[in-house]
Amino acid sequence: MKHIISALVENEPGVLARIVGLISGRGYNIDSLNVAPTQDSTTSRLTMVVPGDDRVIEQVTKQLNKLIDVIKVQDLTSESYLERELALVKVQTTSRSRSAVVELAALFHAEVLHVQQKSLVLQMVGPVERIEEFVELLRPHGIQDISRSGVIAVAKSES
Amino acid sequence: MRTGVQCLMDGLVKEGVKTLFGLPGGAVLDIFDGLYETPVEFVLARHEQGAAHMADGYARATGRVGCCLVTSGPGATNTVTGLATANMDSIPVVCITGQVSSSVIGNDAFQEVDITGITRPVTKHNVLVRRVDDLPRRLAEAFYIARTGKPGPVLVDIPKDVQRATTNAQTPETVSLRGYNPTFEGHSRQITRLAEAINAAKRPLLYAGGGVISSGASDLLLALSRKARAPVTTTLLGLGSFPETDALALRMLGMHGSVTANYATHECDLLVSVGARFDDRVTGKISDFAPKAKIAHIDIDPSAISKSVQADIPVVGDAKLVLAELVKLVEPRDRKEWLRQLEEWKEAYPFSYDRGSSKLLPQYVIERIYEITKGDAVIVTEVGQHQMWAAHYFRYTKPRQFISSGGLGTMGFGLPAAIGAQAGRRGELVVDLSGDGSAQMNFQELVVAVEHRLPVKVVILNNACLGMVRQWQQMFYKGVYSATRLTQHGRGKNENIPDRQEAYLPDFVKLAEAHGATGQRVTEKKAVTGALEKAFAVDGPAVVEFMVEPGENVYPMVPAGKSLTEMIHSMA
Repeated sequence: MKHIISALVENEPGVLARIVGLISGRGYNIDSLNVAPTQDSTTSRLTMVVPGDDRVIEQVTKQLNKLIDVIKVQDLTSESYLERELALVKVQTTSRSRSAVVELAALFHAEVLHVQQKSLVLQMVGPVERIEEFVELLRPHGIQDISRSGVIAVAKSES
Repeated sequence: MRTGVQCLMDGLVKEGVKTLFGLPGGAVLDIFDGLYETPVEFVLARHEQGAAHMADGYARATGRVGCCLVTSGPGATNTVTGLATANMDSIPVVCITGQVSSSVIGNDAFQEVDITGITRPVTKHNVLVRRVDDLPRRLAEAFYIARTGKPGPVLVDIPKDVQRATTNAQTPETVSLRGYNPTFEGHSRQITRLAEAINAAKRPLLYAGGGVISSGASDLLLALSRKARAPVTTTLLGLGSFPETDALALRMLGMHGSVTANYATHECDLLVSVGARFDDRVTGKISDFAPKAKIAHIDIDPSAISKSVQADIPVVGDAKLVLAELVKLVEPRDRKEWLRQLEEWKEAYPFSYDRGSSKLLPQYVIERIYEITKGDAVIVTEVGQHQMWAAHYFRYTKPRQFISSGGLGTMGFGLPAAIGAQAGRRGELVVDLSGDGSAQMNFQELVVAVEHRLPVKVVILNNACLGMVRQWQQMFYKGVYSATRLTQHGRGKNENIPDRQEAYLPDFVKLAEAHGATGQRVTEKKAVTGALEKAFAVDGPAVVEFMVEPGENVYPMVPAGKSLTEMIHSMA
């Protein structure tokens, strides 16, 4: 099962390398990883999607917690949370197919960011599954490029 | 205003560093300049790996943080094995490295290496100090992190310009880190559960590791064992945490553990691990480890719990604090049947070798050391067969009496670690037990012992091969002794060595003398006692080489991945 691990970490050089090194060194996998500063500029929020059974996830969280630069680790999957991912997709279009692509984008509440002669750049925000459905439906049109943010998530609980 | 170097010197003094091990170089010239007038004894190692092991040995022998100082680039990379050794065994070490100036970091400057990047997986923590204002705090944090919680090595990398820059920053009185709050007190409900389990158990077994020693919990372990009438087995690093002369001592368990300890582990109905981590050399086949037992695990490191063996009763906390509570709650129980069974095994299966043999056997030498010293010595080992025999044929009664690289298994650790141990415990007998393989890795450090009048005794059990590897080749590789012979005779074709023999290669007696120590060679059993007594009486470092039987194996042995009950007792 996939778990979303959210870690509050010191915003210091080398912290990301430390975390990625730990994950690879201990043989865990990461499906996606996202890091950015929080409301407090001395900390960053790191969101990882890690596949594994409960035992693996327990080890991942414990090992992360051991790092001095990691302030707090949560397995969001074990509680109530909101997740989103953002995808930028460049899709091939012809004058004939463009309207179909735009219609599809509208159905998914995706935004058209840029229009060119032979392609469109779309922005889609949503849960991972929705993004994957969208990408699958776009695929027959010809995807030239895709860039996904990786999952970001926040716990619903009020602290 | 203080310079970075002054901050560092003040910090070292404040942390109570009395002895610093290291080697200078370009990127630490300023630090060594400042050190010249600082009241900290400096021990000049001859190789940075030696400096790191010395700091480690010092820490293991004294319980204080060991400290070493080396230059950038190769100086720093040479400490990596030392740091990894300390990291695997949870030993508090602070390693200070010089770094090239900030302005050229990342430019492949002379003797530049990304040492924080390289040592990240082998340290508890490390930091590149980018601003001199941060230096006092970073240094205080390094010592704090190294010695608290589950101890470990911390590396502090200081660029040359930071060493020279000035700051008003003060050394903090206390350290607080929002990402680091080790749990010290065990959860009281878990401790109560554990006490109830011990009280209810018919065949309890305490399994003690290095954590008992680093926490200073040996007296409490003894109290717990006595009160609950629960026997104790230890890991290699746990040797000395419980007196092996005690009736409740089952001695070491695991791959080369005692039959009694391994049988007891298999038969117990409650296994209480204290400061140990269920290493694969201890457990053997996990699925058949302690199959009849409920598992309790006391550890200060939450990630150690249920990492390899699922714990039924986990207790996160400092062994000393947890055991203090536990002792109060356990009740005396009659465990006559269990203890009688253990006595029977002890009687039937002691560690043994051919004591009647007229040959010079390595086990005999160690047994003689035990008898001559009456068990009152600090035994430091290298890695290999002699290390296991040191665990079998010497009985340890005090914590910090046995010093060995357990987790990483670092050959070449023993001599520098013995020098560090002796530096921290002058006036005590410190013996480095070695094989002829390990002895050739870091022998250069013997001059340090001579210079500083650190009278370590180096006992080399020379079996003319890399004995433990040879043993595995004999047992599991059909006796193909590929590259394990250390004489010129009978080497593999691929080694392309003519089949003729030098008398001794190397000649350890001459080597000892060349380093300024006394050297002796013993070829006969009857000369063992005299040579040892002479070496121990010499006022200075002494090397004694014993030309032992080459074919001896370490028994019992649980082959890797087998159950603890599947012990091999001989090749016959």
